[in-house]
Amino acid sequence: MYGRKVKLRFFFIILILLTLILSTFLILRSLEENVVYFQSPSEIKVISEINKKKIRIGGMVKVDSISMATKEIKFIITDFKNEINVIYSGVVPNLFTEGKGVVAEGYLKDKNFFLATKILAKHDENYMPPEVKAALEEK
Amino acid sequence: MASLIGFYSLIFGLCVSFLIIFFSIKNFKNSHIFDKKIISFTFLQFFFVIVSFLGLILSFVHSDFSNQTVFNHSHTTKPLFYKISGTWGNHEGSLLLWLLVLTLFIFLFLLKSKNQSKKYRILTLLFQQIIIIGFFIFVIKTSNPFNYIFPVPKEGLGLNPILQDPALAIHPPILYLGYVGTSIIFSSTLAATSLNYISKEWAKHIKQWILISWIFLTLGILLGSIWAYYELGWGGFWFWDPVENVSLMPWLALTSLLHCILVLEKRLVLTSWVVVLSISTFTLSMCGTFLVRSGILNSVHTFANDPERGLFILIFLFCLVFLSLFIFFFFHKTQNKDSNSFFWLSKETSILINNWFMIYFLSVVLIGTTYPIFLEVISSEKISVGPPFYNKLIIPFLIPFLLAMAIGPKLNWIKSDLKKKFYLILFLIISLLLSVIIIKSLNINFLVNTILVTSAFYLFFITLRDFFIKGFKNLSQNLTHFGFSLLILSILFNNIFSTEIITNLKIGETFKTDKYKIIFENIEQKDEQNFKAIIGKFNIENSDGKTEILKPELRIYNQPTIVTSEADIKTNFLVDKFITMNLVQNQDYFNIRYQIKPFMLWIWFSVLLISFGGLISLFKKKYEV
Repeated sequence: MYGRKVKLRFFFIILILLTLILSTFLILRSLEENVVYFQSPSEIKVISEINKKKIRIGGMVKVDSISMATKEIKFIITDFKNEINVIYSGVVPNLFTEGKGVVAEGYLKDKNFFLATKILAKHDENYMPPEVKAALEEK
Repeated sequence: MASLIGFYSLIFGLCVSFLIIFFSIKNFKNSHIFDKKIISFTFLQFFFVIVSFLGLILSFVHSDFSNQTVFNHSHTTKPLFYKISGTWGNHEGSLLLWLLVLTLFIFLFLLKSKNQSKKYRILTLLFQQIIIIGFFIFVIKTSNPFNYIFPVPKEGLGLNPILQDPALAIHPPILYLGYVGTSIIFSSTLAATSLNYISKEWAKHIKQWILISWIFLTLGILLGSIWAYYELGWGGFWFWDPVENVSLMPWLALTSLLHCILVLEKRLVLTSWVVVLSISTFTLSMCGTFLVRSGILNSVHTFANDPERGLFILIFLFCLVFLSLFIFFFFHKTQNKDSNSFFWLSKETSILINNWFMIYFLSVVLIGTTYPIFLEVISSEKISVGPPFYNKLIIPFLIPFLLAMAIGPKLNWIKSDLKKKFYLILFLIISLLLSVIIIKSLNINFLVNTILVTSAFYLFFITLRDFFIKGFKNLSQNLTHFGFSLLILSILFNNIFSTEIITNLKIGETFKTDKYKIIFENIEQKDEQNFKAIIGKFNIENSDGKTEILKPELRIYNQPTIVTSEADIKTNFLVDKFITMNLVQNQDYFNIRYQIKPFMLWIWFSVLLISFGGLISLFKKKYEV
């Protein structure tokens, strides 16, 4: 028979392995549920069905498209091929400006309407979210 | 001129490195006495880096725009204070600060370690010199702060206004003392491992260094967090932003290392853990530097994107990791004596459990931070991982973590039982009742919140009891654990009770909810030295008729031309009232955000308590049990 000590050690190793597997599984599953994908207006146009998941849309704020009211802000995000209407009630960043890059996070209502829950814009010329930069470079 | 001196000091500093290595190896092989020359050379190196750093500061103060770094990050109209703080507010200068801290710590280490063995001191110095040389070459080759531009420009480009802030001026030096301070732990652990020098005395000696790094890292993170709270106008204290995460990861590793070293000091077990954690702490620091400096992560800390820099740090990082793993596997000897085993219910086990949780939290943060990068490389899909991910994976595990934190210190070394510890159960019942009463009156998820609040209250009461019963015994540990419970409680209640109103208003308009009335009275303009301000005046009326005037600002900085919004925060003991306004181009509407954030002050205060506990432990070594 194996000694008590060996058994205990064996038990510990099993326990550690189980914890590892469990936590990896947990982490990966939550990743799947909680990541936010980034898409451009053109990519939205070709999707087959409207997903309920949160996404990010990036592009430029179309010139003369911002209109504000007490409750909400409406504007259009364009990647110069396609565009999408965004409705948003919340805080806008300082550099949210027409003709400049923007990223909106939220949910798609249909292929033309997007309900944003968060707006990200450039901090300034040098500091911007990577998606905005990518969107600007694609231009 | 100052730039020139600065640059040559750097070169000299690098040369001194080779001298140090030469003499150290000679000393290591030959004599039995520690060569005093080595200390002098280490001081010389430190001195050269200081001169270089002062040279850069002087160039900034004099607005010497022939220096490229100054040109890129300064402006003549900037106040003197921010000219100076601009020195480390950019990539080149901050790396010089890295170097400064690296050389400072090894110099202090040599001064403070006179009781240690000669070989150990020299080997530590050698390992540290490897890091130092790496960074010297990095600074000189890829990010020279003293690049010359000709023709000399008349005016600089200015410092990013969001960095022009007192908290942020001292945030980098404080953070670096902790962040880069981990290098000395790394070097000395490697030295101790290769010499098989790890002992209780060594643990006691290295604990001081761990504490110093830990205190500064904690304070540095706190400063950054406070800054983000009022300057970025997001109205929170932690955003799970990648850049925050890279400072949190070494903190988590360092905290578990701190606990492990206590066990090592008392019982000489968990040596492998200590070595692994020391290596990973510094590796995580380096990883953080790599991630934010390579431009892979984009944030306010990403100063300039230059692939060459990222590549250099990455290669250097791999070399260091390879070296340390090599030493760990080939030199590390585990002391596996029977006398070192311990019973399942003991202080050792509880610290191990604590460590497992810490490592789990660490891996969650690590995966959340790096997964998007890997995914983009592999599949070119762009994703972001937000707070829900972290909340979901970390919050449930806080419950056993908090309970273990409360019970762990009550256990004895080696073997323990829970007889005569009825008060542990009594306190649990009290905490449970209290939380049920509090949570029940609120309209939120009952189960999760009750359990969370219960476990936080539990730790709170247990540590509070210890203040009365044990007095100054174990004060530092008790204080940090108490601070942590206070932190979690404040965060929980802050989350539960926070409210916010977001609306768009024109001047003179009023916004009403059932509880508040926000009147946007007027705006006025003010000119300052380096910016113009638009100050809004808001009158906020409570349901019980109390009014309060808040004046948020919009600042238009002249160099570079950037608009920032300055929140106006009315702080008192219990609650912060926080208002920001934004202007959208070509619109009459201002975008207003009014937040009521309870217990903000307590969040900052509890972190201060935590680091204060560390400070006590640093100065009061004798009374530890």
